[in-house]
Amino acid sequence: MAALLFCLALSTGAFQIPISGVLDTLAGQGTRRDTFVIMDVRLPRVLVALLAGAAFGLSGALFQSLVHNPLASPDVIGVTMGASAAAVTCTVVLGVVGAAVSASAFAGALATAALIYVLAWRRGVSGYRLVLVGIGVGAVLSSFVSYLMSRADVTSAQAALVWLTGSLNARSYEHVWPLLIGVSILLPAALLLARGLRVLGFGDETARGLGARVETLRLSILVTGVALAAFATAAAGPVPFVAFVAGPIARRLVGERTLALVPAALAGAVVMVASDLVAQRLLGDRALPVGVVTGAVGAPFLLWQLAGANREGRGG
Amino acid sequence: MPGLLGALGLLALVTVLSVAVGAKSISPAVLADALLHYRPDDADHLVIHTLRLPRTAVGLLVGAALGVAGAVMQGLTRNALADPGLLGINAGAALLLVIGISVFGITSLTGYVWFGFAGAAFTALIVYGIGALGRDRATPVKLALSGAAVSAALASITTAIVLTDSDAFDRMRLWQVGSLAGRDAALAGQALPFLIVGAIIAIPCGRLLNALALGDDVARALGQRVGAARAIGALCVVVLCGTATALAGPVAFVGLTVPHVARMITGPDYRWILPYSAVLAPALLLAADVLGRVVARPGEIQVGIVTAVIGAPVFVALVRRRDLAEL
Repeated sequence: MAALLFCLALSTGAFQIPISGVLDTLAGQGTRRDTFVIMDVRLPRVLVALLAGAAFGLSGALFQSLVHNPLASPDVIGVTMGASAAAVTCTVVLGVVGAAVSASAFAGALATAALIYVLAWRRGVSGYRLVLVGIGVGAVLSSFVSYLMSRADVTSAQAALVWLTGSLNARSYEHVWPLLIGVSILLPAALLLARGLRVLGFGDETARGLGARVETLRLSILVTGVALAAFATAAAGPVPFVAFVAGPIARRLVGERTLALVPAALAGAVVMVASDLVAQRLLGDRALPVGVVTGAVGAPFLLWQLAGANREGRGG
Repeated sequence: MPGLLGALGLLALVTVLSVAVGAKSISPAVLADALLHYRPDDADHLVIHTLRLPRTAVGLLVGAALGVAGAVMQGLTRNALADPGLLGINAGAALLLVIGISVFGITSLTGYVWFGFAGAAFTALIVYGIGALGRDRATPVKLALSGAAVSAALASITTAIVLTDSDAFDRMRLWQVGSLAGRDAALAGQALPFLIVGAIIAIPCGRLLNALALGDDVARALGQRVGAARAIGALCVVVLCGTATALAGPVAFVGLTVPHVARMITGPDYRWILPYSAVLAPALLLAADVLGRVVARPGEIQVGIVTAVIGAPVFVALVRRRDLAEL
């Protein structure tokens, strides 16, 4: 499915290129024009979508199973809001663009997560305290973002808003490489930690009884999840709800009781690429930021999920 | 009672400060003169009458509304973390405001107050409705998550509309910070009837919330009609929050912080918590507003930012407390 969408995304656009042409080009046999359009314009965008989607999905799955709450994805609890605050500061106050914005978003996400973790620490970090502190910190950061937006002139504020929504427009290889490196380190790390995550799922007491070092384990899972979200946000902006929906979709596909990290990553990638395709085509020639689509699809899904979780008493 | 008089004294002091302090420094003598013998041709008098007095009046109204709404919300949900901002009411008001501006082409502040009001009401119902599903009713974590999640959902719809309409965006981003600046006296006058209705509904709430605090079963055994009590409280919250948010934009953490301070002074009796909150909250809001004007001269930091910076540590401290769950 991901592969199919990948080819579809490369083949459509202002220049239609048939799937066979796409495959030829990827194999190095394409015409000059096809090669330019695909390799230089579309491929980076699609790669960013794919990788960022996977990173968001994996990050969300890690958070959700760590906190035992389907609602505790990095975008709900304020981590990506830290990235936004840093990036908007960069755009609006310092007036920089490009790679520096990504770098500041990355740093912002890490710093915010560290702050949330420290504030939630009280002889260990419990899931609900992490979530609530995250919501509080997120609220402050979002009012800070609104403040910066109210100060800026309309044009740069609107540029910042596009970034804040999560956009894949004008992505190039400079966005792909850091993301690719990040994901290729963090994905194996996440898979290694999956066993520990399963042990933590039995509850802290049992996990300790089984010889797990609970706090260290929790911290490493958290760091992995935050780093994934940070890489993805740095490349694509805080695309809403991808992290949130990927986990539940993956669990539904492979069965309720599994961790499903790899399926979550794949689900995230599919959601992201598909949403971007829709976002580019929806209004004809006017490309919307991808975050508008994920937001519109993710929001009702979230409400439904929320209602379901509360009804079954898993809401917290 | 002496405590309440002290609180009123504090409020009076802050009110005077709010009229006296600003980007343009005006001497106390001129201030008194402006209040007693207003001359529209004098620039200082004009500043006081057209800018600072309405601003202070709006601050008083919004503050009192948020304080009472926060206290009622906390009592109603028996939830120490309830606050109109954190529970998504602001996001709902914002969404309907944007729809009002963008779809219906409303340009005057007096026009879109109504939309903010409807949005607040509608979100309050959704957030509480979702948070209260399930066996254990609305626990703090469930409500806070519902609030955050619904906020995120509504905010992304808001963004989608705003991105395609730069005019709406420009209006919106100024409203979205939470500010008392630029609200004229007519607007305060328009909001007043709503706030009076809210205040009248709030009067019996003290007794009702005291009963609910005992738990539904005990309250029922004492002859209290629990459902009716909840409905009255909810109506009070919606009217007060909706009006306050439409007036001043999203101001978070005032409704969260003040009832806790009030509770520290009065103990758990809501018949006292409510009046204390009604007095202390505008004092906090005006103080924050004055602070925002003083620290960033000649510009100003909007009151919503200052209250967030003041309120967030309180929120974190509450979360860290062990007996967080119940009030």
